[in-house]
Amino acid sequence: MQPLLRDGCLDTLFMVWWSAVWTVVGGLPLGILLYLTDRGGLLQNVVVNKVIGVVVNIARSVPFIILIVWLIPFSRMVIGTSIGPSAAVVALTIGAIPFFARLVETSLREVDGGLIEAVQAMGGGTWTIIFKVLLPQALASLVAGLTTTVIALIGYSAMAGAVGGGGLGAVAINYGYQRQEHELMNITIVLLVIIVTVVQIAGDLTVRRLARRTGRQSAPVGLWRLRRTPKAADATAVPAQRAADEPQRAADEPKAAVDAP
Amino acid sequence: MITTTGLTKVYRSRGREVTALDGVDLHVREGEVYGVIGQSGAGKSTLIRCVNLLERPTSGTVTVAGQDLTALAGRGPRAGAALRQARSRIGMVFQHFNLLSSRTVQANVELPLEILGLSGKERSRKALELLDLVGLAEKAKAYPGQLSGGQKQRVGIARALAGDPKVLLSDESTSALDPETTRSILQLLRDLNQQLGLTVLLITHEMDVVKSICDSAALMKGGRVMESGTVAELLATPGSELAAELFPVGGEPSGPDRTVVDVTFHGDAATQPVISQLSRTYNIDISILGAAMDTVAGRQVGRMRIELPGRFEENVVPIGFLREQGLQVEVAPVTAGAEAAADALLKEGAK
Repeated sequence: MQPLLRDGCLDTLFMVWWSAVWTVVGGLPLGILLYLTDRGGLLQNVVVNKVIGVVVNIARSVPFIILIVWLIPFSRMVIGTSIGPSAAVVALTIGAIPFFARLVETSLREVDGGLIEAVQAMGGGTWTIIFKVLLPQALASLVAGLTTTVIALIGYSAMAGAVGGGGLGAVAINYGYQRQEHELMNITIVLLVIIVTVVQIAGDLTVRRLARRTGRQSAPVGLWRLRRTPKAADATAVPAQRAADEPQRAADEPKAAVDAP
Repeated sequence: MITTTGLTKVYRSRGREVTALDGVDLHVREGEVYGVIGQSGAGKSTLIRCVNLLERPTSGTVTVAGQDLTALAGRGPRAGAALRQARSRIGMVFQHFNLLSSRTVQANVELPLEILGLSGKERSRKALELLDLVGLAEKAKAYPGQLSGGQKQRVGIARALAGDPKVLLSDESTSALDPETTRSILQLLRDLNQQLGLTVLLITHEMDVVKSICDSAALMKGGRVMESGTVAELLATPGSELAAELFPVGGEPSGPDRTVVDVTFHGDAATQPVISQLSRTYNIDISILGAAMDTVAGRQVGRMRIELPGRFEENVVPIGFLREQGLQVEVAPVTAGAEAAADALLKEGAK
């Protein structure tokens, strides 16, 4: 493999890995907080919930390419530079945290309220509920959400290439597009497809293993569920509606994949 | 053991107020199985959830084992350490079991012990002991998803017992089970009640549950307790709705000029051949319209609806005889009901 492609690959993997790690570190607590402070939640707090919700929604509505440019001063402040994969990790993380936080919130909502009540009845506090009920029970769903997030990050990381972030995206744009080296462009695309596929399969297998462990009680996890990107409205949608939305969602998916950035 | 006084719960949502509990006074004695029965919406679920303050009562007090829980509650929706400590001494069993599907059976039973802060070794010893007690020792490593409903509820019971509670709350614990399994779960609750001296407060909408294991019962309607007392007391109360529900005896009189009498037997009278004595003494023909005999709280109890020839006035003496035998006798207002129905029909026609 050409050193160019090899370095591009490594840069992409570097960016995706670290931004995924920081996204979990930041997004998981944020998602838990969104869930807990919601109306009827364990730590119901309308003000906190609304503030986080608005921030998350704003962050999610800014197109990533704009976000990454807008965050240049911030990246420089944190890392000391605004170019290269490390700087891109900052922007990627900030772009992905709100996305993942919403997915976490949705996953936690699927945990049966009766379990929380049972643990409360045993004398368990909020921490016990988070660590012994919410997270273990939602684990399969959280892994599915993480898979979605990592795949979105792979897409975002290609955009980071456009503003000097490096990685396969940069290779595709600089060589494939600007120098018209179509072969290189095609190879880049194939590499990206391979990376995404590997991540998806690894995610699916993990989810399936976790789901099998919990036996009949958890619903089978289909591909549509792994790929869908729930919006805030999903959280309140009734299951029947969800089911009705499914074909629509499936039809939207190829388009959504293109539009995702 | 459990006392509630003036327990009231009002739900407010979007300006509307719904009173789920309206001044409930309940007294559950130590070591008894107390059943609260009522239809859905009667407030019984809210009541049991107020006992361990999963639901915070709007007013009134709850005392469990001499401890005023409402005083521990503090303010805000979060439970303070004192309340959580108190809850860990109250076991609770749920209709839908509420087991963690991500944990094995043993780990589910260990959960309350983790909350209590026991060491790993002690937890597993205690959990296996409890699973043995409920007859599920061999399923310790299984996941709840692999168990039947009855087995899940046994795990739920084992888990509820983990904190060595004095009190067990059962929230419709058999409502999701088939009749056969229901019987075995009730039997288990009864055994635990007797072996461990556990006080059980259960809510149910099934009269059979009350009949098979309860020492005392209360009937709830519209957030109020309509009747309460030991089963024997209830059966001895004339016009008791619970007694009538426990032993429904139907049957309409075969014609006019008949007296229909509901007779309730309990204690020694249940073993006496009263009806044949009555028939022989007064030389009258007695038809039995309906009857139910059962063992309630270990005592033979029965109700019978019999028909005597002639109007009530002619049957005063035989009815007096029945009363003398220590039976509880009520003259059923069947004819009055029929007349009222006929009146209603006439009025309907007049319109």
